[in-house]
Amino acid sequence: MPSLNEYLMVSGLLFAIGFAGVLMRRNIIIIFMCLEMMLSAANLTLVAFWRFGGGNGMPADGYEAQVLVFFVIAVAAAEVAVGLAIIVALFRARCTVHVEDLNSMKG
Amino acid sequence: MSVLFYIFSAVMLVFGLMVVLNRNPVSSALSLVVSFLGLAALFITLNAYFIGVIQVLVYTGAVMVLFIFIIMLLDIKTEQRRELNYVAMGCGIIVVLALVSQLAILLGDFVPGNQQLATLPEEAAVHQDVKLVGEAVFTNFNFHLQLLGILLLVATIGVVVLSRRQGRADRSQE
Repeated sequence: MPSLNEYLMVSGLLFAIGFAGVLMRRNIIIIFMCLEMMLSAANLTLVAFWRFGGGNGMPADGYEAQVLVFFVIAVAAAEVAVGLAIIVALFRARCTVHVEDLNSMKG
Repeated sequence: MSVLFYIFSAVMLVFGLMVVLNRNPVSSALSLVVSFLGLAALFITLNAYFIGVIQVLVYTGAVMVLFIFIIMLLDIKTEQRRELNYVAMGCGIIVVLALVSQLAILLGDFVPGNQQLATLPEEAAVHQDVKLVGEAVFTNFNFHLQLLGILLLVATIGVVVLSRRQGRADRSQE
């Protein structure tokens, strides 16, 4: 059976892949997708800690962790809607989704 | 069980890498769909059935459809042909390798993390999960649920305002 450390490592790797995407890609939509990936990796960590929270591989007593993950997913859905609306407004104003072209705030 | 864990985490990580490596945004988005399906399967291996189903419904169902819709609406094929930014790539790889090695060292010393996943008794495992999460949401976290509803309403109104005002400005410019 897999151990808690393996779940934590897998979610850490998913977070690292998302982080690499945010740092390396220049397309703002891909950056946003990588942000979603990092958020989901944090969710996986939460659920893994809940599942192992009772000790000896048994879950914790309450269901607060799953409620928290549920709230995080709902807030992420709202955030995606607003973020994509901002990206569409940005594209209409500047005709680009390439972050290196969006440097009008640069001093 | 163990084999399933390795299969689904491999699927999740490989398709997660494909999101970063693909040059075409549509292929990236479709890779992210598969990656999230692997993540939902991992939630189910952790006996969080409700969260797994919500992950499939909300992320791979609603959010990714929204992403693909926006990618196709903006038609950003021309963005593919750009030379790579080698400074950003090098820095990204260094920072990520530092993060992963630090995490590996940290988890090597984390003794409670060595416990193995134990099998739950049948009735607690399958039939009670959604019921118990629902009871927690609608009793202890009722106020937070109402707040969440208001948040979603505000987000909806914000999206409508964001898309409308821009349209009006365009018309006045013409």
